[in-house]
Amino acid sequence: MVVEVKLFATFREGRFNERELELPEESSMSDLLKYLKIPEKDAKIIIVNGLAMSAEHQLSNHDVVAIFPPIAGG
Amino acid sequence: MAGYSGKFLRINLSTGQIDQENLDMDLAVKFVGGRGLASYFLAQEVEPEVEPFDSANKIIFATGPLTGSQAPTGGRYMVVTKSPLTGTIASSNSGGFWGAELKRAGYDLIIVEGKSDKPCYIHINDNTVEIKDAEKYWGKLVSETTDLLLQETGDPKARVLTIGPAGENLALLACVLNDKYRAAGRSGVGAVMGSKNLKAIVVRGTGKLKPARDDETKKVLTNVRKKIRENDVTGKGLPAYGTAALVNLINQSGIYPTNNFQESYFETADKTSGETLAEKYLIKNVACFHCPIACGRYSKVDDVEGEGPEFETLWAYGASCGVDDLPAIIKANKWCNEYGLDTISAGATIACAMEMYEKGIIGSDEIDGPALKFGSGEAIVEWTRKMGAGEGFGAKLALGSYRLAEEFGVPELSMSVKKQELPAYDPRGVQGHGLQYATSNRGGCHVRGYMIAPEIVGLPEKLDPHSIEGKAVWVKIFQDLTAVIDSLGLCLFTSFALGADDYKDLFNAIVGQDWTKETLLEAGDRIWNIERMFNLKAGISPEQDTLPRRLLTEPIPKGPCKGHVHRLPELLPEYYKERGWNEQGLPTEAKLTQLNIA
Repeated sequence: MVVEVKLFATFREGRFNERELELPEESSMSDLLKYLKIPEKDAKIIIVNGLAMSAEHQLSNHDVVAIFPPIAGG
Repeated sequence: MAGYSGKFLRINLSTGQIDQENLDMDLAVKFVGGRGLASYFLAQEVEPEVEPFDSANKIIFATGPLTGSQAPTGGRYMVVTKSPLTGTIASSNSGGFWGAELKRAGYDLIIVEGKSDKPCYIHINDNTVEIKDAEKYWGKLVSETTDLLLQETGDPKARVLTIGPAGENLALLACVLNDKYRAAGRSGVGAVMGSKNLKAIVVRGTGKLKPARDDETKKVLTNVRKKIRENDVTGKGLPAYGTAALVNLINQSGIYPTNNFQESYFETADKTSGETLAEKYLIKNVACFHCPIACGRYSKVDDVEGEGPEFETLWAYGASCGVDDLPAIIKANKWCNEYGLDTISAGATIACAMEMYEKGIIGSDEIDGPALKFGSGEAIVEWTRKMGAGEGFGAKLALGSYRLAEEFGVPELSMSVKKQELPAYDPRGVQGHGLQYATSNRGGCHVRGYMIAPEIVGLPEKLDPHSIEGKAVWVKIFQDLTAVIDSLGLCLFTSFALGADDYKDLFNAIVGQDWTKETLLEAGDRIWNIERMFNLKAGISPEQDTLPRRLLTEPIPKGPCKGHVHRLPELLPEYYKERGWNEQGLPTEAKLTQLNIA
């Protein structure tokens, strides 16, 4: 399956900003994080199609995934 | 009593009378300090129906018991007055170093009364307090005024709080700036200074502040500093990226208001993000007084440099105006800092004008500047300058979006609550945050109860942003806790790492009290109700606890939150009940008696 992956802040360093990735069927967010070499504990905010998800989330074809380190502000 | 100076200044600009008065310490503790204590004084001393620019209105500069202390971020102060923008009580908060300096000079508050017959400034040097002539500074920009006042007073260690030309011109979006770049930004507090012909307050303080309980204070400070250091947001995210990192997060969450809230996802947001700012224009990070977080950013583009832009500014001049031209946003931010304008309201007002212009409500023959088209970097820079200078159509814009839209017969296009522009989160996709917007005592505002923390960031726990279940309870607790943090003199960003127990421990150790968490939150409730009562007496009815019609009836058209509207009618009755108010939103006698403010 193909998912659109968007990385932010330090996760871009040595990786990419935005890219379509082909993943094995039934991949989870955890699998994607391993592929990206991002420790699960560092991926504090995961947004799939606009909704916050956990690392256990099962991905689907054409999902849009955004991954953030811990950030906030106001 | 430790924590407080125990004295305040009462300065009457009509008579020139300067008095040092002793603070009633029972009263100080009851209302904590800062926002709470100043709100009490305003409610006691100013008729709520007063015209904001009438000399009978007062403006209060208030520190909290932790301002100037060793507590991390303890440099905050509040500006409290009746707002000319909203007609509500205004309490605008700022960091930097000015607040701590005032405390070290020996004053918890300054209450400024009356009106000077010519431009003046106040010079405080510990016990010496003078009203001085400011004729030669009138009309000058903030940075130049600051430099000149430091020269005139001859003490480079003094701290300067000033207004820019916008405040002098009585622009309703005028803010107060201290240390050149830190703003008590919202609700037009700068215009109240302008109405009193008060250009600036220069402060130098050399006193030392000691906590009530030394050993306990050391222990508590060690604990809270560790929590702030080890927290992902305050220890990593904010120091590394500043507030600007939120641009992409809020956009990806589908709640990033675009083109005056007509949409909520900005395709090219990344061009104006914290990441892009850091890559291309960031010069250095900046910290306020005793702040281990250091979220401030100093940027430079062409010959324009200074602190910011912060997240809210990147939104107000960016997505809100459909602009992805980051250099233009940096320049507009600079004009706001120099003329003394609130960046949120200024950018959002231009966005409103752009919608009106593109819909033909404002004709091209009615404006004397660049076409007000979404996406125009030229427009945001030049119209901000004209707002600040009070030039032509810019003077109309400087009165805010509500008055502009109302004049043209379309008040519903003003994305404001109680006439103050909404900040950078579309409430249709964050139900709790929307309830907080509708019920904020100072109108459209995100920092009276920052529900984005649980609903988007997941702190202290993750809540479903689209659910309304339990949100009224959360909003009340967040509002009450925020009122206490504002009153203590700490930065709200500490609340990403600290909880009510930590604030209670800091207060007890430094002031020498034995409060419980419940006492602390009750103080927040008391402050909230004091503000609410002032507003009701000022004629701000509960019917104004609402959101712009667009957000209640027009579903978000595209993006991750497509199809959502805000469900305020379902939330508001529960909120009133949670507050202990009646069904009409009025605090009951029993509630006021319980809070000891009947």
